[in-house]
Amino acid sequence: MTNSPAGEVPRDASRALLRSLLAPARARVRTAALLLLLQQAAVQAGPLLVAYAIDHAVPAVIRHDHGPLMAVAAGYGLCAVASGLLQLVFVRLSARIGQDALLELRGRLYRHAQSLSVDFHERYTSGRLIARATTDVESIRELLNDGLQELMGVALSVLYVSAMLLYLDPGIGAAALLSFAPLSVLVRSYRRRSAVVYRMRSSAMAAVIVKFTETMNGIRPVQAFRREAANEAHFAVLNERHLEGNARLLLEMARYVVSSRLVANAVLATIVVWGACRVAAGELGLGVLAAAVLYLRRLYDPIDRLGSFLNSWQSAAASLEKIAELLARRPSVPEPAEPVPLPARAAGSPGREVVFEGVRFAYRAGVEVLPRLDLTLRAGETVAVVGSTGAGKSTLAKLLARFYDPTEGRVLLDGVPLSALSGRELRRGVVMVTQESFLFSGTVADNIAIGRPGATRQEIERAARAIGAHDFITALPDGYDTDVRKRGGRISAGQRQLVGFARALLADPAVLILDEATSSLDIPGERAVQRAMATVLHGRTAVVIAHRLSTVEIADRVLVMDGGRIVEDGTPSELVAGAGRFADLHKAWRESLV
Amino acid sequence: MTGTREATRPAEHRSAVRSLLRLWPYVRPVHRRLAAAALVTVAASCLSLVIPLALKWTVDGPIARREPSGVWLGGLMLLLVGSAEAGLFGLRRVLVARPLARVEADMRAALYAHLQRLPVSFHDRWPSGQLLSRGTTDLMLVRIFLAFPLTFLLVNGATIVVGFTILLMQEWRLGLVLLAPVVPLVALCWFFEERYARAARTAQDRIGDLTTVIEESVLGIRIVKGFGRHPALQRAFGTLAEGLRGIELHKAALLGALWALIMILPELAVGTALVLGTLQVADGQLSTGTLVAFLSTALALRWPVESIGFLLALTNETATAADRYFEVMDTAPPAAREPRIRRPRCAPCRGDGGLRLEGVEFRYPDAPPGTPPVLRGVDLHIRRGETMALVGTTGSGKTTLVSLIPRLHEATAGRITLDGTDVTAVPRSRLRQWVAVAFEEPTLFSASAGENVLMGADDAGEEDLDRALAVAQAGFVHDLPEGHRTQVGEQGLSLSGGQRQRLALARAVVGSPRFLVLDDPLSALDVHTEALVENALREVLADTTALVVAHRPSTVLLADRVALLSQGRITAVGTHYELLHGNREYASLMSGPKGTP
Repeated sequence: MTNSPAGEVPRDASRALLRSLLAPARARVRTAALLLLLQQAAVQAGPLLVAYAIDHAVPAVIRHDHGPLMAVAAGYGLCAVASGLLQLVFVRLSARIGQDALLELRGRLYRHAQSLSVDFHERYTSGRLIARATTDVESIRELLNDGLQELMGVALSVLYVSAMLLYLDPGIGAAALLSFAPLSVLVRSYRRRSAVVYRMRSSAMAAVIVKFTETMNGIRPVQAFRREAANEAHFAVLNERHLEGNARLLLEMARYVVSSRLVANAVLATIVVWGACRVAAGELGLGVLAAAVLYLRRLYDPIDRLGSFLNSWQSAAASLEKIAELLARRPSVPEPAEPVPLPARAAGSPGREVVFEGVRFAYRAGVEVLPRLDLTLRAGETVAVVGSTGAGKSTLAKLLARFYDPTEGRVLLDGVPLSALSGRELRRGVVMVTQESFLFSGTVADNIAIGRPGATRQEIERAARAIGAHDFITALPDGYDTDVRKRGGRISAGQRQLVGFARALLADPAVLILDEATSSLDIPGERAVQRAMATVLHGRTAVVIAHRLSTVEIADRVLVMDGGRIVEDGTPSELVAGAGRFADLHKAWRESLV
Repeated sequence: MTGTREATRPAEHRSAVRSLLRLWPYVRPVHRRLAAAALVTVAASCLSLVIPLALKWTVDGPIARREPSGVWLGGLMLLLVGSAEAGLFGLRRVLVARPLARVEADMRAALYAHLQRLPVSFHDRWPSGQLLSRGTTDLMLVRIFLAFPLTFLLVNGATIVVGFTILLMQEWRLGLVLLAPVVPLVALCWFFEERYARAARTAQDRIGDLTTVIEESVLGIRIVKGFGRHPALQRAFGTLAEGLRGIELHKAALLGALWALIMILPELAVGTALVLGTLQVADGQLSTGTLVAFLSTALALRWPVESIGFLLALTNETATAADRYFEVMDTAPPAAREPRIRRPRCAPCRGDGGLRLEGVEFRYPDAPPGTPPVLRGVDLHIRRGETMALVGTTGSGKTTLVSLIPRLHEATAGRITLDGTDVTAVPRSRLRQWVAVAFEEPTLFSASAGENVLMGADDAGEEDLDRALAVAQAGFVHDLPEGHRTQVGEQGLSLSGGQRQRLALARAVVGSPRFLVLDDPLSALDVHTEALVENALREVLADTTALVVAHRPSTVLLADRVALLSQGRITAVGTHYELLHGNREYASLMSGPKGTP
């Protein structure tokens, strides 16, 4: 089976993804860096102005010359205002950079998840997907929020102090730079060790989310079967794993801070002793040593800040890695590179011809569901497919709706392979209504309009009326404008199926597939749907899969499936009159009616 | 298609401090550790101050006097103090590592446990995305807040107080100059805090809405696929994501402005102090040394003061997160057994077997006032061991009615008795032990097929499992890759609707419950399988009191009698044939009005 390949993730996928997100903002990043540089200059000017005031302004004032003092006052005020305003602009600009990147990332994730095939969704689980789009994006947000400032701050301060040290005394400066060797070993070791834990924590969080959403979405059976205690015990195990991840991260951080501080302080002590010896030997001025020692101390100040940057970087990297892996997955049912348009429909015929050409299909390698299928559905034909559970009826429908591609062979719509149609063209051609009738947040009208975005209220109501859903909808508190989520649990399964039908009617496809779409309707509801279908399906190609043979009455042709093969094929009356499986089924069904 | 933020509107006039104080019960078990860590932080900060002194001593003393032995001593001292400093920094983190992670985990576990016990009507109203964002991003904020901002708010606050005391002691007039911006700063902080809090709340709610949209687009993927990528959904997502970006930018603008003010005002004061100080020095009123000391202290306070801006912002966001968390936690779970005001008029009902509903009314708690209740006076008696079918038009309230029996919803009036016991008089867990339910929409959990079935009973074994699978005609389970140990549910093998329905049915019958509630349990089965299930079910139903929601004659025939639900009442009870011939509504429900459009 065309399993979604777990995309190839290159080693530095996280960095590549981040780069691609920030690429459009390259100019802004540079401007932000410049702003931060200026802002730091304005901040650092303070002490210099103090020194200037004491050394020059005081004597000048004594000489009754207020000029230098005025200059200091103006300079200080200017620096104060400048540093504040630059900070303001920087914060806004970096927020802009970060938020643009996040918007892009969220959109990419969402669009990508939507483009991936149904089989991917069946495997990946909704909880994990939600984790990728929420908590993983959140950790990237944290990096983008403060990361830039942290990283630039650290770099600037290290550069500035190193330069000062080298200027003061090349020997001490060189020694200080050498100390970066063991420090970088520590940083690297911290990154390596914490990356493992961050990855583990991100998976643990996803597991927590999976359990959480599963419980909340299935709250009725959870409560009815008293799963609360068992769930709590299971949740506690998952929660504990996440806790362990969090705790170990803090401990890794502790390890890094302790070891790097130790190195820093040891270097400091060594340089002091070495410097003292050189002072004793007269090679070094005492003042220079004193200044150098003070600067050295500041050289190592950003160790903690670097740590916190590394923290958010690692956390974001683990998330980026997982998101990159998701984005690298290719849909197993890809959009064609060069879509072929459908030929114009023959005048007066809204239907299209469907051909299954040597189609074989297996969900999992080795377990073939459809051995080999050759089948032609004539344009405008209503075909009922019957057979017991597992006969391959739904698989047939899914292949026709292109939820999956056949393992072998092709499915053609008016001679064009489905795989050569663009997504939009495909959905104008083929629409499937299933028995699961999920309603999205929004109004009833919104939910019907999914069939044809941009449909007017009249068109929506016409579709609802045609299917017999109009009455129950108008009886809702706000009619078509009733928010289904507020009463989501209160629109019954049968009513939801009606909404699903109205949606399909509105979509107005050439080929309509109904997969058990009336299972929850009561008999009058089903009859109403059938009456509507008789007119709506007229001329359209329709594939109706139903357990209730009443639906079959409107069919022109019946296919009986068994073990993935078509064992009977004919008009309903032919088959009923015969002695085959359908005749038996039909008899059993007639008996069940009374 | 925006989410329902109505349910999550922030309460006006909240106080950040009050919100944060509510975290105390969760912090309490670890408060000693936190306090110890704070002490260690203070000690480490003090040691950090000792290091410059040690440096000064070494430079001024042994080095200046060129005493080699003293130099070594100084070096050793530096190394010792440095090691102690490093150790304390590490100790602080080691102390809080597990406790803080524990606070987050405890709060999450409490939320999960609480949500599981909230009634179904609560879950109907709250999108699970909103609940999820409270259990994840909001709690992460709380942990981060406890780890850093809280400590630094205290430490930096203390530093500022001590710093200003020193400044005032050094030179009180200049000190007052520095204190001047405090009043406008506090006012401005308050001004921004209020706006920032509101923006933070909106942003966090937006994240919840976004989570909901993502969740729905994933859960409804087959519809999205079946109709092509839906532009309206993408637009909804786009609008929300862009809205979130807008709010985050607004937050950044507020934070930037606050930060700018916090930088500019104190710096201007320092500048003024510098000018005034310089004049005083020139006048000889002040020594240069004092001015230098004064200004270096003032400059040293720069970072603590500036940090207040983002620390306050983080504090605010945490307060908002706490609000959102407690909003859910404050929703009281229904009491285990409610003392009913209308006590049973018990004389006739004692020893009265079966399932009895008397004057049962139900109205959704959030139904707009004035709308009629869904159920208005349902009277129904199912004799012990009898099977009753419940029939009614789509949307007549059948599912609502059956959900009242295991108290997934609470009847708003009237009473329901099981073998004479009022359902509100027993704890829910016992009640749900008596009553087993198969839902219209069969939900399987991430567990093995066997476990999914066995969760219907407390002490069922392999034999019961086989029996239940046989009743539900779920023999396909044995053909799964690993038999009944095959993982199903979201994280396992995906089964067809009919297969899931049969497992859900097996789950309902596995424990041989006293009362069985089946909500349209055979809708997804083909005729052949349905007939087999019905035959097997008959044996189970023979000695079980059961209520079966039915849409079709075949299902109705499982029952001894049928009840018709119409306009919120039971309007007819009788056998299938009696009603078919005597009740027009029933007849049309079971066969459809022939010929009429």
